[in-house]
Amino acid sequence: MAAGGGPDVFLVSVSGEIESGQFPGLDELYCKFCFVYGQDWVPTAGLEEGISQIACRSDAAAAALVWNLPLDITFKSTNPWGWPQIVLSVYGPDVFGHDVVRGYGAVHVPIEPGRHIRTLPMFVPESTSRLQKFTSWFTGRRPEFTDPRVVAQGEGREVTRVRSQGFVTISFNVVTKDMTKLGYEVTPSDMESHSMSVTEGIHNY
Amino acid sequence: MAAAAPRGLPPVPSASRTGFAEFSVRERMREKLKAARSKAESTFLQEDSSPRPRRLKSIREKKTQGRLDKESDKDEFREMQEDESHISSKVKFRDSTKKAKQKPPIQNDFPSAEEAYKFFTFDFDSEAERKKTGIKKRNELNHEEEEAEEEDAETHEEGQEEDETDEDVHLVKDDDLFILEQEAQDILVEKPAEYESYSEQLRKEKEFLFIPSMKAVPASQKMPENMQPRFLEDEGLYTGERPFVSPSNLNILENRILRQERGKEWFGDDGKILALPNPIKQSLTRPPIFSLEEGIEPELETLYRKAIKVTAANQYLVGSGDFQGPFQLDIDISGLIFTHHPCFSREHVLAAKLAQLYDQYLARKQKNLTTLLTDKLHALRNAVQCSIEGGDAAAPKPIAQQSIPEYKMEIRQTRRLRDAEQEKDRTLLKAIIKVWKEMKSLRDFQKFTNTPMKLYLRKEEVDQRLDEKAYEAEIQDEINELLEEYREEYEKKMEEYKAELQEWKSWKRAQKSKKKKKKKDLREEEESIDESDLGEEPVKPVPPKMVNSLEIEQQVREKVDSFRRKPGEPVLIPELVLSGSITPSELCPRAEVLRREDVKKRSSFIKVLFNSKEVSRTVTRPISSDFRVHFGQIFNLQIFNWPESLKLQIYETTGISSTTLLAELFLPVPETTVLTGSAPIEEIEFSSNQRVMLDHEGVGSGVSFSFEADGSNKMTLMTSGKVSNSVSWAVGEKGVPLIPPVAQQNTGIASALKSIDAIASIGTSGLTDMKKLAKWAAETKLDPNDPNNAALMQLITVATSGEARVPDFFRLEQLQQEFNFVTDEELDRSKRFRLLQLRNAEVAEFRNYKEVPLHEREISEKIFQDYEKRLRERDVVDSKHYLDARRAVVANYLQKVRESVINRFLVAKHHFLLSDLVNEEEIPSLGILGLGIFKLAEPKRPLKPRRKERKKVTAQNLSDGDIKLLVNIIRAYDIPVRKAVSKLQQPSKHSRSFNEMFTASPSAQSPGENIDWVLNQVLVRPFVEVSFQRTVCRTTTAEGPNPNWNEELELPFRAPNGDYSSHSLQSVKDEVFINLFDEVLYDVGEDDHERGSGIHTRVERHWLGCVKIPFTTIYFQARIDGTFKVDIPPVLLGYSKEKNLGNDRGYDSVRNLSEGSYITLFITIEPQLIPGESVREKMNEMLKKFDTQEDEKLLQAAEKYEAECTSKFPSRQCLTTVIDLSGKSVFITRYIKPLNPPQELLDAHPNSSQITAELVARYVALIPFLPDSVSFAGICDLWSTSDQFLHLLAGDEEEHAVLLCNYFLGMGKKAWLIIGNAIPEGATAYVLTLEQNQYAIWNPSTGCFYGQFDTFCPLKNVYCLISCDNIWFNIQEYDSPVRINFDTSKAKLWKSFFSRSSPYPGLSSIQPEELIYQPSDKAAVVELQGRIEKILKEKIMEWRPRHLTRWNRYCTSTLRHFLPLLEQNRGKDVEDDHQAELQKQLGDYRVSGFPIHMPFSEVGPLIEAVHSTGVHTIDIPSVEFALAVYVHAYPQNVLSVWVYVASLVRNR
Repeated sequence: MAAGGGPDVFLVSVSGEIESGQFPGLDELYCKFCFVYGQDWVPTAGLEEGISQIACRSDAAAAALVWNLPLDITFKSTNPWGWPQIVLSVYGPDVFGHDVVRGYGAVHVPIEPGRHIRTLPMFVPESTSRLQKFTSWFTGRRPEFTDPRVVAQGEGREVTRVRSQGFVTISFNVVTKDMTKLGYEVTPSDMESHSMSVTEGIHNY
Repeated sequence: MAAAAPRGLPPVPSASRTGFAEFSVRERMREKLKAARSKAESTFLQEDSSPRPRRLKSIREKKTQGRLDKESDKDEFREMQEDESHISSKVKFRDSTKKAKQKPPIQNDFPSAEEAYKFFTFDFDSEAERKKTGIKKRNELNHEEEEAEEEDAETHEEGQEEDETDEDVHLVKDDDLFILEQEAQDILVEKPAEYESYSEQLRKEKEFLFIPSMKAVPASQKMPENMQPRFLEDEGLYTGERPFVSPSNLNILENRILRQERGKEWFGDDGKILALPNPIKQSLTRPPIFSLEEGIEPELETLYRKAIKVTAANQYLVGSGDFQGPFQLDIDISGLIFTHHPCFSREHVLAAKLAQLYDQYLARKQKNLTTLLTDKLHALRNAVQCSIEGGDAAAPKPIAQQSIPEYKMEIRQTRRLRDAEQEKDRTLLKAIIKVWKEMKSLRDFQKFTNTPMKLYLRKEEVDQRLDEKAYEAEIQDEINELLEEYREEYEKKMEEYKAELQEWKSWKRAQKSKKKKKKKDLREEEESIDESDLGEEPVKPVPPKMVNSLEIEQQVREKVDSFRRKPGEPVLIPELVLSGSITPSELCPRAEVLRREDVKKRSSFIKVLFNSKEVSRTVTRPISSDFRVHFGQIFNLQIFNWPESLKLQIYETTGISSTTLLAELFLPVPETTVLTGSAPIEEIEFSSNQRVMLDHEGVGSGVSFSFEADGSNKMTLMTSGKVSNSVSWAVGEKGVPLIPPVAQQNTGIASALKSIDAIASIGTSGLTDMKKLAKWAAETKLDPNDPNNAALMQLITVATSGEARVPDFFRLEQLQQEFNFVTDEELDRSKRFRLLQLRNAEVAEFRNYKEVPLHEREISEKIFQDYEKRLRERDVVDSKHYLDARRAVVANYLQKVRESVINRFLVAKHHFLLSDLVNEEEIPSLGILGLGIFKLAEPKRPLKPRRKERKKVTAQNLSDGDIKLLVNIIRAYDIPVRKAVSKLQQPSKHSRSFNEMFTASPSAQSPGENIDWVLNQVLVRPFVEVSFQRTVCRTTTAEGPNPNWNEELELPFRAPNGDYSSHSLQSVKDEVFINLFDEVLYDVGEDDHERGSGIHTRVERHWLGCVKIPFTTIYFQARIDGTFKVDIPPVLLGYSKEKNLGNDRGYDSVRNLSEGSYITLFITIEPQLIPGESVREKMNEMLKKFDTQEDEKLLQAAEKYEAECTSKFPSRQCLTTVIDLSGKSVFITRYIKPLNPPQELLDAHPNSSQITAELVARYVALIPFLPDSVSFAGICDLWSTSDQFLHLLAGDEEEHAVLLCNYFLGMGKKAWLIIGNAIPEGATAYVLTLEQNQYAIWNPSTGCFYGQFDTFCPLKNVYCLISCDNIWFNIQEYDSPVRINFDTSKAKLWKSFFSRSSPYPGLSSIQPEELIYQPSDKAAVVELQGRIEKILKEKIMEWRPRHLTRWNRYCTSTLRHFLPLLEQNRGKDVEDDHQAELQKQLGDYRVSGFPIHMPFSEVGPLIEAVHSTGVHTIDIPSVEFALAVYVHAYPQNVLSVWVYVASLVRNR
C-alpha cells in the first residue's frame, strides 16, 4: 500500500451459485468450474476451482438439473484488463456409461455490483469427421478441449467447430471495493444519479 | 319422402278431418293434378332412385337450423338442383309450421300438422319468394335463377303428394286461408331456358376475339401501297442470317402485326419482319483451355510465377536498400512584388506603369542596341571606304569588289535597324515622361501622394557644335547612301526602260508601215481597225525619274527629326528614385485612408509544393504600402522522390481568417549544375484572374476604371506580380553536391519529357482533383481528339460540368480525434502504459509480469532498466564477460540470431492447430484393432517382458516435482582397473590402422601370457553417480571391471522459471552427467592398537569417466536405451585400461574392437512428455514459406521426393532442403563442396593420409558443440555454411559433419554426408568415407571413426546419403549401418533424387571458394591458459569451503609438462608413465588424477567438467592438489584445452 494516497488495488468479491442446468435428454451430470483471469488479478480468498455433485433430473421441474453449487471468491486487481471469467464444463455418462463432456461455457463475472443471473449456452467440440464421430461415440472418448480454459479466450478458436448443447444458469452476487476511487465507473450513470438523489433526499430530510 | 316425414317432423295425427267447404276446391285441385301427374310421372321415377342420401343430408342440416338459411342459399346452389329444392322446401316448411302453431285460435283445429305440411310444401315457392324478397334481399340474384329451377321441382312435388295421400285437398283449403296463391302466381314467371346456338356464339366471339390465321400473308399487304418488295441480298447488300422462326409462327406473327395500327412499320423493304441477324456464332471464338493437371478446373489452375523484385519506380530516387544519401533542393524565396493589386490606388497604377517603363528603359540601356548598331554602321562604312580606296591603290581584287555591294546591303539593313531602335528609345522616353506627367497631375488633383516615386530627368549638356557636326555628317552620310541607293535603282530601271522602249519603237514602226499601206482602204474599216490597234498598242514606257537629292534630304531630315535628338538638345536621362514623401494618412481623404487600412490588413504567404504536395510555406508577412512582401526564406527540401514539379502558391490573407489563393506558379527544376551559392535570383511573374471590387480608393482587379474625370478611356487590370526566388541543389558538408546520380537524373528528365501522360505529370492525386486536371489539360494543350485521351477528356467534362463533386479531402479515421482522451505523447510517456504494451508484446523481461501497478508512481524506473540496457547493448560487444574477444562477438551474434528465431517462434506459437485445442482420439486402424485382439491372447507374464508405452502427458498442468528423470544403470564393461604402483606397465598398444579395425582381428595378446596379471589384479569397485541440475544420486558399489548394477535412480526435474510449456522444456540446457567412480577404501587406523578395536576406513572416490547426455535429447527421444562409450581420460593416474581378461574370453574380440569402457543405460522421463513436435512442425512449415532462392521446380521436386520417401518409410527422415542462417530454404547439396583443411594439419603428417584424416576430424571435433535445439529452443535446424561455422566456432552435428565431409572431399577422399539416427544424439549427421574399399563412418563431433561393421558405432540408423550432387534415400529393408549396402549406384537400394530422367542441374554451392584461416594469436592463448588455470584453482578452493586447499607446485609443473605431449598424440597412445615420473619427482605420494580434454568455448563448461569429476571432494586433511592447464591453438582460433587435475596424498 502506498503510504500517501488511497488504495492501489480494487477488490471484486463474487458469491453466488451455479444453480441449474438444462440439458434435454441428458441426466446424471456434474459440473466443474474454474476462474480465468488476467495477469494483474490475484484471488485473495475463496475457491478458484470446484466440482459439483452429480445431479439427477427431477420429475417435477421439467428437465432441470439442479446443482446449487456455491461460488465464493474474492479477487484483487490493479487492472480491469483480464476481468475474471468463470469457465464451466459439464460432464456426465453416455449411453455406455462412459463419462463424457456435455458442455463447455464461459461468462465474465458481471462488472456491476449487485445480483445478476446469467444463463450460459453450453457447447461441445465436434468430431472432425463422421467416422471419428462414430468411433468417439462408440468408445466414449469424445473430443474435448485440451484445457477448458480455452473457451475463455479467443486465440486459436478459429480452428475448432462446436455444437451447442444445453444451458446453465448461474447467479452472481458481486461486490466491488475501491473501483470508483480508482476511477472506474461500472454502474450506469443514470442509476448512480438515482441513488445520489435518494441519498440527497435522505440528507434533506 | 313418406318415410322421412315422421322422423323429421313433429308427430302429427294423420286423421283426416276435411271440412265440406273445402270439397269444391279439392275437386278443382284434383283436376289440375291429374293433368300434371302424367307430366311429373317420369321425373318422379328418376328421382326416387336416390332419395336417401339426400334426405340424410337434409336432416343433418336441420340441426344447424339457425344458419341454414344463409348456407343453403349460398352453398346449396352449387349442388345439384333437385337436392337444393328439397332442402329449401323443408326449411321453408319449418318456418311455416311455426307460424301455423301460432295461429290456432283463429283456425280452430282445422289444419292438422300434416295438412299444414302438405300445404306448405305445395306453396313453398310463393312463401319462399316472399321471405326472400322481404328478409334477405342480398341474395336476390341467386334466387332469381333458383326460381326457374324450382318451377320444375314444384310440379314434381305435387305429383308426390298425389301419390301419398288423398288429403292434398286440404291444401287447397289452406291456400285459401292464407291467401297467398294469387300473389305467388303473379310473381312467378315461366320462361324457357335461354339457349344460344353455337353459330350465334361463334358470331359473338368473333366480334371481340381475333385469331390470327396461319396462312402466309401476301407480300402486297405487308408493303406500303404501290411498292414492290426489294430484296437486299439480291442487290448485293449484306443482310446477315436471320434467326430461325418456324414459318407458321412467323405467319401468325405477321398477321397479328398487320392487325395493328401502323403495323406495316414492322416490315422491311423486302416484305419481311425487321430482324437483326442471328447473334449466335456457329463456331467457338474463344479457344478451349486444356488443363495440365487432372482434377483441377482449368480456370482455377494456379500458375507459378517467380516473385519479381520490383525495382524502384522512376519517381523514387531511393531504391530498396541502396540509399545513396540525402538529396536536397534549396528553394530561396526572397520576396514578392505586386505589379498590380486590388488595393492599388490610381497613383499606384501609374507608379507601377512608370516603374515598368523605367525597368524597360534600364534594360534597353543596358543592352544599348542603338549605340551598338551605330557603331556597326560606322564600321561598315569605313570598310566600304577602305575597300574602295584599296581597290584604287592596288590591283583590283575581285573579292573586295564583290564584297562591296554586300557591305552596302548590310549598311542599309543596319541603318534600318538602328532607326527602329532609336525610335523605340525615343518613344519609351516619351512614354515615361508622359506617365510621370500624368502622375504629377494626379497627385496635384488628389492632393496627396501615395508613392515615393519621383522621376528626375537628368540633362546631359552636349557640345553644340560638335554635336551639330556629327548630326550633319550623319545626315549627309545617310543622304549619300540613299542617293546611291536610288541611283542604283534608277539605273536598273533605266535599263529596263530602254529595253521596253526599244520594243515599243519597233512595234510603232511596224504599225506605221501598216498604216501607210492601208490608207487607201475603207476609212470606216480603217478606223475600226485603228481603234482596235490602238487598244493593243503597248503603252509607251515612261522614262524613270531621277530622284532629286533635295527631296531625299528632305525625307531624311524629317525622319531624323521625328526620332532623333536634335543637335544641341541635351541628352535626357530619366532616373527613378523612391525618395518622395508619402502623404501621411491624416491628411488624406477618407477613401484613401480606408484603402491604406485595407492594405495594412492584408498579408501574404507562399506555399511550396513539391510534386503537388505541400512541403513548406513561408511565414505570413504583411503587404507593405508599396506592395512588396519580403520573405527572405530558404527552404531545404530533402527529397526522396523525383522532382516532377515545383510549385509555389501565393496566398493572400485578409484580416484574420479569409485566405485566398492568388496564383500558382511553377518553378523549373534546376539543372544539376545549379548549386546553392551560384544560383541567380530569378523573378517569375504571376497573375491571377481574380475579380475584386473594393469600396475605397483601391482600383480593384478585373474591374475597369479610368483616369479621366468623364470615365472615358477605361482600363482593366488584373492582379499580377513577381516572385523573386532561386532554386538550386544543395551542397553537402564536404562540398559534395546533394544531387541525385546523373543516370537516374536522365530517367527523371525522360519522365518529364513524357509529361503528356496525365498521371505521370500531375500524379495520381491530381486525378481526383478535377479542377487541377482540367487546368493541366488546358495547360498541356491536350489533344481532345486523341483517342488516348478520350477517357480523360470525358472525365474532365463530366467533372467540370458539376455533377460529380469530389470532396477536397479524405480522412481515414475522421472520428479518431474525438476518441483520443489523452494525447499520444502523454500516452507514450506513461510508464504503466508502456509496461502493459511491452507485456502484450511478450518481451522476454515482461512476459510473465504480474500485477502491473495501478498508479504511475508505483512503477519504478528500474523495471525498464534491464530492458533498456539490453536494447542498448544489443550492438555493443562487451568483452568483459568473455575470456576471448572473439567469443564475445560470436556470442553477441548468436544472441541476435536466437532472438530473431525466438520472435518467429512466438509468432508461430500463436498459430493454433486443432490438436492444440481439442483432444480427439485417433481412429483405430485395423492393425491396431488386430493387435488388440492379439493382446487378449497374450500371456499375463511373458517371459521376455517389453516396455509398455506409457500415457503421454501434455506439459501444461505440471508443476515442480511432477516430472522425474529415471535413470536405469544396468551394467558397464571394461572399466579401468587400479594398478599397483610398482607394477611395470606393459607396452602400450600400437596405433591401429584402418585395416586392423575393419578386420576385427583378435588381440595379439593371448590370455595365457597374462596369468600373473590376473592374479595380481587389484579390484576396482566402481559405482555410478548421476548428477542432474545439481541433484546427485548414486548407485551402490559393485566390484570388478564389468560391474552389474541394474539400479534405477530417480532425479527430480525442475523446469526453468516453473514454466512447463513445451517450448520452455525444449530450451532446457541442463545435461545429465553420468559419472563413473571407483570407490577406494583406505584404512586410516593411526595406531596398531586402534585396529584391534575397530576398523576405521576412509572412503575415497576416484573419477574414472563420464557420459553426458543433454536433457533435450531425452526430452525429444522420450527414452534413451543403449550402451554408451564412457568418456575416459587418456590417462588415469593409478589406473590402467585392462586390455584383456582371462576369464571371459568371449568378449575379447568385441572389446578389442571398441577400445574403451561402455555403460548400458536406460533413461526416460516420468511421466512421458509429449515433445512439442507440433510447434516444431509448424515452425518448419512457416520457415518453408520464407523466401527462398531455389527454383520453384526444384522445390516442388524436393517436396514430391520427400513425400514419396516418407510414405514408404515414415520413420526415416528425408532431408532435401534446409534452412540457412538467414532463414531461407536452401537445397541441401549446396552445402557439400570440397574445401581445404588448414595447411598446418596437412603438413603435420605428410606421409600418412590416415593420420591426417584423423587429425582433420579432431580439428573439426574441437570446434565447440552447440546444439541447435538448445540455442534455438528446439524449433528448427539452422544450417550454417562452413565459413560461418568457422567464424561462429559453434554449431551442431550438421555443421560439424558438413565441414568434415568438405574437408575429406578437399583431401581427395570419397565422402558423403549421412543423415541418420545415433545414440545418444538422436537425429544427426555423420560422415561416410570410402577408404580402401571399406566404408568408414566418422562421428564429426568426437572425431572418432568406426568401421561399417563396428557394433559399437553410435550411428544406429542410416536414412539418406548426401553428396555434392545428389541425395540418396535408403530404401533397403534395414537401416542399421551393419546391415546395409552403401553402394549408391544400386537403384534398388538407394533412391536418388537426381536421376537420368531429371539430371543434376548444376547447382552452385553456397560454400565459399576457399576457407581462409587466421593463425591464432599465440600470446592471447598463453594469457588465456593462465586465466583458465587461475579461475579453476579459485573454483576448487571455493568448492572446499571448510578445508584448506594446498597446491603442490612440483606436481603442477610436472603435469604441465605432460599436457603438450598429450595434445601432440591427440590424447591417444600416450606413454603411460606419468605415474612413474610423478613418483620419481614427488616421492611417496598417492596420486590420483587425470587430464580432461575439451574444446574451448567458454569457461563455464570447463568448470562444470572439473566439478563433475569430484576431485575436490577429497577431505583428507593432508591432501594436496595439482592443476595444470594447457591450451593448444589450432588455426582459426580453434582451441583445445587440457586440464590436468590431480590430488596427492602422502603415503605414510
